Amino acid sequence: MNAVAPLKLMIVDDSNIIRRRIERSQQIERLRVVGSAGNGREALELFARTDPDVVTMDLTMPEMDGIECVEQIVARKPEVRILVVSALADKATAVEAIAKGANGFLCKPFTDRQLNDALAELLQDT
Amino acid sequence: MSTLSEAEIRTFVDGATQYFEVSARQPAAVGSPYLVTDGPPTVHDYTGVIGISGRRHGAVCFTAPRSMLMVLLMRMNETDTSETNMRDLVGEVANTISGNARRDFGRDFVISVPSVIANEGGRFQPPGHARPFVIPINWRSHSAKLIVCLE
Repeated sequence: MNAVAPLKLMIVDDSNIIRRRIERSQQIERLRVVGSAGNGREALELFARTDPDVVTMDLTMPEMDGIECVEQIVARKPEVRILVVSALADKATAVEAIAKGANGFLCKPFTDRQLNDALAELLQDT
Repeated sequence: MSTLSEAEIRTFVDGATQYFEVSARQPAAVGSPYLVTDGPPTVHDYTGVIGISGRRHGAVCFTAPRSMLMVLLMRMNETDTSETNMRDLVGEVANTISGNARRDFGRDFVISVPSVIANEGGRFQPPGHARPFVIPINWRSHSAKLIVCLE
């Protein structure tokens, strides 16, 4: 039987609480957290070091916002899966994030179940 | 500039109460709103502030006592109740309020990234001349406040 290869997860959010929450609550067996970053610039550095397969991405962050970070990550690795996790609940923001290359959108605040459902959906065809 | 409508206030209130309902799995209750007439409104230990411009001008704040935030963190299974996480938490509630406002009012309601004030003098000096409108947010045995100062 072929074992399913683990996938590397990077968490990007300026909130320490949210970073810890995602790390603690995600229960997708294939996912291994490789690190977390507090803004877009840190995220790009961490991305270069860890080469993640999956990213959770906040949008409103200092230094470099999530939309720009999504664009730069997708330019470096088009096959990466990005779940935007944001309190910006308007449709225009979600559409913009998807247009830049994100694959899913989860609104804050979220329950553990909503997080895991969103991650599972993100990985459906991987 | 027209006075605040009930629907506008409802959007901000829902943002705050939604945070408790989803993150702590325990709904918060809304107390009786009142206008502050005797100077700047008092605040609790930690305050998340969002600045608003565009169709309206001013600020919306969520302010809460440390004791409430500590219990809220524990309900979220967060064991680290450091200063960083207290500040983070009021910032996240303000973020949720801000997200609700963007969804309901659209992009002509320009909302800043939330800032956090901790333990500073006990009063919030609102921008502009609008009279602050305070809505108590009660959760378990604790009470926080939503302060809406918009013109």
